[in-house]
Amino acid sequence: MSDLYIQTDLNDLPDARGYFGEFGGRFVPETIIPALDELEAAYNDAMADPVFHHELSHLQRTYTGRPTPVSYARRLSEALGGARIYLKREDLAHTGAHKINNALGQGLLAKRMGKRRIIAETGAGQHGVGTATAMALLGLECHVYMGTVDIRRQQPNVFRMRLLGAEVIPVESGSRTLKDAINEAMRDWVTNVETTFYLLGSALGPHPYPKMVRDFQSVIGAEAREQIQTLTGQLPDACIACVGGGSNAIGLFHAFRADENTELIGVEAGGHGIDSKQHAARFADLDISRPGILHGTRSYVMQNEDGQIMETHSVSAGLDYPSVGPEHAHLRQLERAYYTMATDDEALEAFQVLSKLEGIIPALESAHAIAEAIKRAPTMPQDSVLLVNLSGRGDKDLDTVIGLL
Amino acid sequence: MTRPKHGTAAIDAMFARAKSEKRAAFLPYFCIGYPNYAESLRAIESVAAAGVDGFEIGIPFSDPIADGPTIQATTQIALENGITVRKCLAAVKTLRQKGVTQPMLMMGYANPLVAYGTDRFLRDARAAGADGLIVPDLPPEEASMFAESCAREGLALVFFLAPTSNDARIEMATANATGFIYVVSLTGITGARKELPAYLTKYFARLRAKTDMPLVLGFGISTPEHARQLRGLTDGFIVASALIRAWERGFDDMRALAGEIFAASRE
Repeated sequence: MSDLYIQTDLNDLPDARGYFGEFGGRFVPETIIPALDELEAAYNDAMADPVFHHELSHLQRTYTGRPTPVSYARRLSEALGGARIYLKREDLAHTGAHKINNALGQGLLAKRMGKRRIIAETGAGQHGVGTATAMALLGLECHVYMGTVDIRRQQPNVFRMRLLGAEVIPVESGSRTLKDAINEAMRDWVTNVETTFYLLGSALGPHPYPKMVRDFQSVIGAEAREQIQTLTGQLPDACIACVGGGSNAIGLFHAFRADENTELIGVEAGGHGIDSKQHAARFADLDISRPGILHGTRSYVMQNEDGQIMETHSVSAGLDYPSVGPEHAHLRQLERAYYTMATDDEALEAFQVLSKLEGIIPALESAHAIAEAIKRAPTMPQDSVLLVNLSGRGDKDLDTVIGLL
Repeated sequence: MTRPKHGTAAIDAMFARAKSEKRAAFLPYFCIGYPNYAESLRAIESVAAAGVDGFEIGIPFSDPIADGPTIQATTQIALENGITVRKCLAAVKTLRQKGVTQPMLMMGYANPLVAYGTDRFLRDARAAGADGLIVPDLPPEEASMFAESCAREGLALVFFLAPTSNDARIEMATANATGFIYVVSLTGITGARKELPAYLTKYFARLRAKTDMPLVLGFGISTPEHARQLRGLTDGFIVASALIRAWERGFDDMRALAGEIFAASRE
């Protein structure tokens, strides 16, 4: 496969102010606005430079192991008796998840900008591991903020980050999960803005992050769109991906945005179910989720009636977040993408099914996407094609799952 | 008690008076609901009686990204005490009824205000007797939903400048702010500090060259000595975390520190 340089289309959102329709923007303290301007200018400069694309593409091939394959899930498809299910194997990317795509992209950008101190937040630990890995490769200093609840449930990743030379900084404030890790990373950035590059891990936060992270993840969809046509001779009837902040989903969806006959389906964390109110299904529970402002962007936010951010629940740390990337809010409003959810139990069931039938242990995050495929495939004709983003591998989740099965 | 002026006009009058007395206006910050609702009101009343120039009235938020550990803990306690935007507005109304005449600026993050409804919030803030609004995660380019309502109600909408702000940012903030510019003393989050940054004189000279608006310094100002150092430099200053830390030792310690800082600003 030839180099898949990042495709930019001038008609694509966001607009110059960082808005996807009515979502996005820059709601951050003044202190970091000049840093966002600097980042945006450096990013645009890098995007216009073939050398940058070549460097990134070279690392993707020779380090990450891209392109990752698309696998036909034959036994799963036959067991369900409907659509043929194909898996985009981001679990096979180096470090075991799609997060490395963005970490390498932003890491190269940081190096180009002359920033040597890198900070990141992590929930499941996959972005932290991706960032720690990229920083080890590029020789940059790495500090990762992680909530203590997540540190407890993602121990192997904490160890990995430390082994890779990163400092893992425990976050004790608030719900002690991803949201609070982002708060702390932002506070660090406000304090050390002149020397520090904030390597944000999902397609959220203030402009230009939602765009930049999407662009660095768009390699997923760009590869998969070619691969699925080679394998099946057609475009998929639907693309399915889990949505926490939404970077793996937007990375898959982006290449298919103009393919009107391909449905785009995002799967949020249904936790203990919508009625329990213990979930992270921002688009499914409009009683407690509505447009608001969190972490610098306007999007759907789970909040109480007084605008205080609610604590969320998901068995999967990577989906346990009260807001969602602004481009997803926009795609939903346009009805270009459709969002549904899978509960903890459904995800755990999918986790086991995929392990037994395909020999692939998915990340609990990705298991949410598999759960939707399991629901949907039997309702579809046998000549139809479902493309599921298997965004990461599940080794990191074994401790959690052993406790639950 | 009725006040002769409200909103931006009351804030202008506050600076005029401080200027005529050749000193910087002192605006302490108090979060409604810390350590509980009644005590927060008692603190503001008590410090108001000592004659300070104005107040920043904190509305708590669950995720205050511009705040250090002291204010994070304070606003967390306020939320645990059931404080809402509505209760913060009620607090201002009660303080006016109790005779607090100084300018009061509501200080809160964007999301609770958006959830309340920006237009409704500013109408109710005006009715309660507030004079202005400070939103730390609202740069001027995102402020249109607040700016119109503030202008209609005659309330000040304060924007921030930071050591990182370039000339274009300075122009944008000063062209759009009303009341004053909140000058962040350092690149960082709120919190008490031992020393003021050494570059303040240069920093203020750079800002003064661009604007005639009153400049109010905040972040890190903690002691009477700091207040003395600010004379002739800034038009006003805000103290928050240092008062809360003194308050942890007792109400009287907090009140004493506020009094000492105010006295130092008048020396």
